[in-house]
Amino acid sequence: MIPLLVGITIICFAVIHLAPGSPTDLQTDLNPRVSAEAKERLRALYNLDKPIYEQYILWLKKLAVLDLGESFSPDHRPVIDKITERLPVTITINALSMMLIIIVAIPIGVLSAVHRDTLFDRITAIFVFVGFAVPTFWLALLLMILFGVNLGWLPISGIRSLNFEYLPPWQASWDVIKHLILPVLLSAFGGLAGLSRYMRSNMLEVIRQDYITTARAKGLSERIVIYKHALRNALLPVITILGLSVPTLIGGSVIFETIFAIPGMGQLFYMSVMSRDYPVVMGILFIGAILTLVGNLIADVSYAVADPRIRVS
Amino acid sequence: MMKSDFWYRFFKNKMAVAGGIVVIALFVVSFLAPWIAPYDPNEIDLVHVLEPPSADHLFGTDQLGRDVLSRMIWGSRISLKVGFVATGIAIVIGAILGALAGYYGRWTDSVVMRFVDIMLCFPSFFLILAVIAILEPSIWNIMIVIGLTGWMGITRLVRADFITLKERDFVHAARAIGASDIRIIFRHILPNAMASMLVAATLGVAGAILTESALSFLGIGVQPPTPSWGNILTAGKDNIDIAWWLSLYPGLAILITVLGYNLLGEGIRDSLDPRLRS
Repeated sequence: MIPLLVGITIICFAVIHLAPGSPTDLQTDLNPRVSAEAKERLRALYNLDKPIYEQYILWLKKLAVLDLGESFSPDHRPVIDKITERLPVTITINALSMMLIIIVAIPIGVLSAVHRDTLFDRITAIFVFVGFAVPTFWLALLLMILFGVNLGWLPISGIRSLNFEYLPPWQASWDVIKHLILPVLLSAFGGLAGLSRYMRSNMLEVIRQDYITTARAKGLSERIVIYKHALRNALLPVITILGLSVPTLIGGSVIFETIFAIPGMGQLFYMSVMSRDYPVVMGILFIGAILTLVGNLIADVSYAVADPRIRVS
Repeated sequence: MMKSDFWYRFFKNKMAVAGGIVVIALFVVSFLAPWIAPYDPNEIDLVHVLEPPSADHLFGTDQLGRDVLSRMIWGSRISLKVGFVATGIAIVIGAILGALAGYYGRWTDSVVMRFVDIMLCFPSFFLILAVIAILEPSIWNIMIVIGLTGWMGITRLVRADFITLKERDFVHAARAIGASDIRIIFRHILPNAMASMLVAATLGVAGAILTESALSFLGIGVQPPTPSWGNILTAGKDNIDIAWWLSLYPGLAILITVLGYNLLGEGIRDSLDPRLRS
């Protein structure tokens, strides 16, 4: 855990040093898109005139109190404020997609394993292959054309309508839900394919085990064998997979928040990349890695809770 | 394993053959681009702006009147180039680090695998965007950055292969006749780890093509006027309520290409070792 954290800070620090303003970087001195003022501020922010180890220590000290510097945009606000005000939206959407993935993918995986080589299994296999290959931003475009432009059922940008403030509470919540349907569905799409395939092969693996044969031999009904004996063991590794899917979900938020104009961390990241607001870019890079680390930690802890064998060893 | 066994199993797998055909077809299209593209991909024709598909322009025209089909044919070159160069970089890094970690074990292994864990903490799309924000978005930078953020899985595979292979008799024999570590790693063990690398490379090309298209779509990838499937889709988004053909066809091309590489990769894996079949 601690070595990982140190490693994350070193990688972030290395990326910062690709930025213009470092004394060794001749190429960026010739880059007209980077103003002299921006270079000067980068130099001050990251102490670029000091020796490299000193720069790193100074930067770490700031990081420890979550001081990520000031944004280069005209508002000059602290980077950490800009990120924290947008984080809840991103986390909410990712948590909802994660829930959707679990609710849909696990039953699909189990059913296609239990009914192996049936029509259902074949159809899921096709869905899984297409799900792996489809560029989700393209799917987003198509669904926007279908539901937003042609049918007019769903809004295609933002998380609330312009008249949101004047809506009664139940209409207001329905308004938010309508805005979230497409983004959540799409960010869950890739994970759905991955997890249902994983669940299927897990389940097939478990069904082959001796204790399943024992359970059948002692006359338990197929329902109890599958849903009580097999499912519980097949579910265990899913926890790890969900933990591993956190960086993919967070990374995907750049695409979905940009397409659907959702004011979250991903959109902020995109805008900062486009306007070369380096302190914000570095801040989000760091926060993204920390979120992944937290996701993995939660997965590890839940695994220990769910599986007594891990706790013993 | 006999080579003929491999081909026999491969050709029996219809999905894998279909994937292979798609991949070969793409190579042919991108090599023949100058001859088969009906129009110059950058020829602006302001009289025929945003025209729906017709006999003259099979996939319609874009906001500058350029022929979408021709742009897609030229765009296939970008996908091919990005896919192969990025994957090549990832394979070289992954093979070297995986070989060192698996062969030497102990602290070399700990350091390399820790590095892998750290890299996996970064949402790779974030890392790519951050680096592209600093460097200029160009096709070369994109290929390099996608490669530099995509080697971790290959490292793990190669390491696992090395750990089992290094205890085999032929390695002991090589060492007994005085072969150096470098020679054992690259001449004796690595060729035996090629199979899993080939599968990972095929799947990696698919991933790199998807990433490139997403970057180009966001405007941080291949820069216009160079046509890429991703940046045609950007025009599709800008004209979403009037020009569905700009959104539909390039995306379909990405889908079919990625599907082709995935099917081919899985087909190769299943044919190499039917026991691995999932």
